[in-house]
Amino acid sequence: MSKPVHRLLPVLSAHWDEPDAFTLAGYERVGGYRAAREALGRTPKDLIEAVRDAGLRGRGGAGFPTGLKWGFIPTDSPRPTYLVVNADESEPGTCKDIPLMMATPHTLVEGIIISSYAIGAHRAFIYVRGEVLHVIRRLRAAVEEAYQAGYLGSSIFGTDYDLDVVVHAGAGAYICGEETALLDSLEGRRGQPRLRPPFPAVAGLYASPTVINNVESIASVPAIVRFGRDWFRSLGTAKSPGFTLYSLSGHVAHPGQYEAPLGVTLRELLELAGGVREGHELKFWTPGGSSTPILTAEHCDVPLDYEGMAGVGSMLGTKALQVFDETTSVVRTTLRWVEFYKHESCGKCTPCREGNWWLVQILRRLEAGQGDPGDIDTLLDLCDNIAGRSFCALADGTSACVTSALRHFRAEFEAGTHTPAWELFPYERSAIVPIAQAVAS
Amino acid sequence: MSEQPAPTEQMRSEMRELMARYPVPRSALLPMLHLVQAYQGYVTPAGIEMCAEELGLTTAEVAAVATFYTMYKRHPVGRYHVGVCTNTLCAVMGGDAIWRRVSDHLGIGHDEVSEDGQVSLERVECNAACDYAPVVMVNWEFMDRQTPDSAVALVDALSSGQEVHSTRGARIVTFAEAQRVIAGFSDGLADQGPTAGPASLRGLALARGRDADEEETS
Repeated sequence: MSKPVHRLLPVLSAHWDEPDAFTLAGYERVGGYRAAREALGRTPKDLIEAVRDAGLRGRGGAGFPTGLKWGFIPTDSPRPTYLVVNADESEPGTCKDIPLMMATPHTLVEGIIISSYAIGAHRAFIYVRGEVLHVIRRLRAAVEEAYQAGYLGSSIFGTDYDLDVVVHAGAGAYICGEETALLDSLEGRRGQPRLRPPFPAVAGLYASPTVINNVESIASVPAIVRFGRDWFRSLGTAKSPGFTLYSLSGHVAHPGQYEAPLGVTLRELLELAGGVREGHELKFWTPGGSSTPILTAEHCDVPLDYEGMAGVGSMLGTKALQVFDETTSVVRTTLRWVEFYKHESCGKCTPCREGNWWLVQILRRLEAGQGDPGDIDTLLDLCDNIAGRSFCALADGTSACVTSALRHFRAEFEAGTHTPAWELFPYERSAIVPIAQAVAS
Repeated sequence: MSEQPAPTEQMRSEMRELMARYPVPRSALLPMLHLVQAYQGYVTPAGIEMCAEELGLTTAEVAAVATFYTMYKRHPVGRYHVGVCTNTLCAVMGGDAIWRRVSDHLGIGHDEVSEDGQVSLERVECNAACDYAPVVMVNWEFMDRQTPDSAVALVDALSSGQEVHSTRGARIVTFAEAQRVIAGFSDGLADQGPTAGPASLRGLALARGRDADEEETS
């Protein structure tokens, strides 16, 4: 099988194989901080337009146009403006920002300098999840090096622009990846989502104008400045321009990061990754984390961009392609994901807090082959009462996870009224590591 | 468990250092609670009191925050806190089997500590390393691509005090030392470990003309 290697385009990951890529010296050797120097000689308005015209869309899941978000920041606010980088990567399956920050943290720092300057911020925060010790070390070392070099602090690059950056570690809460919950957490509170409006652009951190962007979005900004909006638009598709990190995991021969222009297909990515693990075939997959509706083998040729995935009833999300082969029980995976949502529900909204609790009860008995005949209807009814009835998208994620599984694999859930999932799909067959014996969980 | 030491003035002065990094001091509360764990091993009532004093909050307000986040512990954990990912993808790939083996081997369950205080266990949620599944964390360092056997060997090594290195990070430090870094104080180990692990480099290697199918596949 000849691999479509020409589909790959390492930009963010282009220097990850260099032993000192995470240091300032290693980053500058490959042209690092050139874009920031150039950007500070341009007007903020010009930079916002460049990012808007390039068509960069948020890489954290929602796909909102980054330049447009920046443009919402009021220019006449008496309060300071803040940039907050969402580095709370926690969506199941998502594993792109962590290697990026581990390998080239200066790309993020450079992106922060340009983005903060563009929106008029003099303070930026990197909210990184707490459970990634070495990433926190690398980020903090990069920020310290940038200060020492005069790239952060006062009079950056000899201009009159000042910027301070704080690396802030979270403490274990998926919900803090939701931008308004993140802001509450960064203010030293329980991470619970806020009602919008007001939107963060108007009243965000400390009730001040705030831009919150994903790590990969901010890290993509230096390349746009350096190589230009036209170059960026020449990649990907008309509505989803640019390059991005696709993360393959699960039952594939070579899981890993595959950076490519938007619009590549799962079939192409699977070919690059050596295919589904030997002797097995694709059963189902997530395009961008557990909160994006699952798809099946029939969707292998749909472009992995925002429009392509929306067109088949899913979402591009974080481009976290979790691949499961025919040995996998969908009842098992759905239960485990919903157990996650139940654990991570912040408890603020009743439909999410109680609904996830009930979903887990029902899915557990279906997994054990002890479901009631009406359980599937009850699951759908519960989802109907969870999705869209809570403050944030966690509720929509849990619902999408359940309803998409039922849409494609209803019969497996029906079998849960009489046969345990681990009998239909012996769990040791799904494992890639040797397991002595089958034991029901 | 031994008595925890009383909160020191050094802890207080470092809390103030953290508060000074933010425009609004309360933003330092999460780092301060990490610092309490660095000094005291878990979020102690005395630690909560000191946070409250420094920030002008009630102890109830601080406790409300501390109990929201899973990284804050209500009792001492082991010198090495081991997290086995049992979120869906890792679980299916072997994480459930790893969990059972390690838990049986140590004779402890979720949120429990071995009798000698060396190792504690936790079932963790997705830790953003899915391309290295099944994943185990030790004091929040990655131990990639584990098997039930390798995970048992890992906890044995930790129990006996051997030096252990993350598969793509630094030498494994103690829980208290890790908490200090997470709170906001560097330990000088950022240069340890590779730039990136093998899975992170798959696409780049292919683009450079190196095919993983023709090289090592382990």
